Amino acid sequence: MAYTYLEFEKPISDLENKIESLRDNKDNDESVHQEISSLSDKIENLTKEIYEGLSIWQKVQVARHPHRPHFSDYIENIFTDFDELHGDRLFGDDQAIIGGLAKFKGNPVVIIGHEKGKSTEDKISRNFGMSQPEGYRKASRLMKLAEDFSLPIITFIDTPGAYPGIESEERGMSEAIAKNLSIMSGLKVPIIVIITGEGGSGGALAIGVGDHISMLQYSIYSVASPEACASIVWRDNSKAQEAAEAMKLDAKNLLDFGLIDNVIDEPLGGAHRDTKKASSLIAKEIDDNLKRLKEIGIDELIEKRYQKIMSYGSIQK
Amino acid sequence: MVKSWFNKILPSLGKQHKEEKKSPVPQGLWQTCSNCKEILYGPDLEANMYVCPNCGHHIRIGARHRISYLIDHDEYKEISSELKTKDWLSFTDTKKYKERLSDAKTNIDETEALISVHGKLNDKDVVLSVFEFRFLGGSMGSVVGQKFVDAVEFAIEKSCPFICVATSGGARMQESLFSLFQMSRTSAALNKLKSKKLPFISVLTDPIYGGVAASLAMLGDINIAEPKAQVGFAGPRVIEDTVRVKLPEGFQRSEFLLKHGMIDMIVQRSHMKDKISGLISKLHTG
Ligand SMILES: [Zn+2]
Repeated sequence: MAYTYLEFEKPISDLENKIESLRDNKDNDESVHQEISSLSDKIENLTKEIYEGLSIWQKVQVARHPHRPHFSDYIENIFTDFDELHGDRLFGDDQAIIGGLAKFKGNPVVIIGHEKGKSTEDKISRNFGMSQPEGYRKASRLMKLAEDFSLPIITFIDTPGAYPGIESEERGMSEAIAKNLSIMSGLKVPIIVIITGEGGSGGALAIGVGDHISMLQYSIYSVASPEACASIVWRDNSKAQEAAEAMKLDAKNLLDFGLIDNVIDEPLGGAHRDTKKASSLIAKEIDDNLKRLKEIGIDELIEKRYQKIMSYGSIQK
Repeated sequence: MVKSWFNKILPSLGKQHKEEKKSPVPQGLWQTCSNCKEILYGPDLEANMYVCPNCGHHIRIGARHRISYLIDHDEYKEISSELKTKDWLSFTDTKKYKERLSDAKTNIDETEALISVHGKLNDKDVVLSVFEFRFLGGSMGSVVGQKFVDAVEFAIEKSCPFICVATSGGARMQESLFSLFQMSRTSAALNKLKSKKLPFISVLTDPIYGGVAASLAMLGDINIAEPKAQVGFAGPRVIEDTVRVKLPEGFQRSEFLLKHGMIDMIVQRSHMKDKISGLISKLHTG
């Protein structure tokens, strides 16, 4: 796949192209080396400047960046010995949600997450990360497995939303999501939730209830995708940018509102510019919080989780 | 924990709610059934619980009407009626969210899209929450979530069954993630109710979509729907735009839900109270 730059990344790409053409230049003398090095510094400063000033809408674009790492990348870079477990035991195996057993720093865990897919073919088979009821039911089956064997759960959220289709309705999308919310609130093992890209509506929340909720710096999380919100509230889906700004759906705002517990910094210029680094930052977040949560007795853990869930609200005191 | 919510609802407990009903349906002596177009005599329609005597169409009704059809003598105490939204997002679309709220309050004389009450149903103690669709489409924001949770907690405290009559467009966009998280909140509270072996009867009425369908509404120990109520996760227009085929006849109606195994039964409005009472007598013998 050819590398794609976002509109506001253009100045970065211009400089990177310049370096490329300098490298292609045959007379590879000292002055060329110097120019490349000074351009590299420029790129670093420019990237920093651009990313520090991102608007909410630009963050939405980063969250959806075509090169943004996916759950499958994080599985590879954060965990070892991954055994994918398939199927909901009821109807099918939804590829928009992947899950299974893995090891994290040598200890077994259950991991579950949305996968949008990479190649065109892969994207289609994964329905662009939009799960049908089977995906949520597979997730709940794996959560129960985790509970049965006392394994902590780590979920990775990256979905535009649950899939709106005729079959989704026939097979009870509402019930599948609702059941997960209910189950997760009382599950007797620690649950760590990480929003890595798009946290779109009930389709995100359905694997998003837990003891510690973190968001990557340029990820987003909202009641509906900006397009859906615009279409519902403005009755005009071209108002997605306005909707995104109004929903204040970026990690920083949501941390300030107390709706999430932490923001994980991304590498300079976003996770897509350094998947390995992004993975190690996420791994640290998981490590710190798993250690902390494992110290808490199960009854207390569940009571604390219940209180956390109950604390979410925007009500006049 | 128990203490904190109890204090919250205490102030409103003394308030006995018994007022004249505000009609949710067009007023006038003669009305036209939206389904069969028959012209109907207003008082007949009211006597028939707003079910068309000609075709059986269940006309949408307001929350206070619902309560009067379910609670003995229409006598009840309201739970957490004083809560107010704090507009943390300062949300503005074509209009300020604050204005939308105050307009809704003025237009239908309710403070929010959910009313929670404690009263008797065929002489049995129950806690009942009812959505008011005319208040911002019955959408679930923080106050709706809180009133729902307070009602569930109150049912746990009183050790009595909990009933919810839902009708809602879904989560309230203007509260974004605060609103989305009311889905997990209400579901967690219901999970706690279940752990106390107290039944939750979920009554589905036209229409229920999105975040309310995908949380509290589908979590009933018993799910009951009124005839032909539209209940689904995604709205028909969204689905049609996505799959680009015409939706089948009766799609997402109660009968569709029954056929696909999502609800236990379809019950006429006139039989709802007795049906709920009978179910409770089997599930809650304490
Ligand atoms: Zn009629």
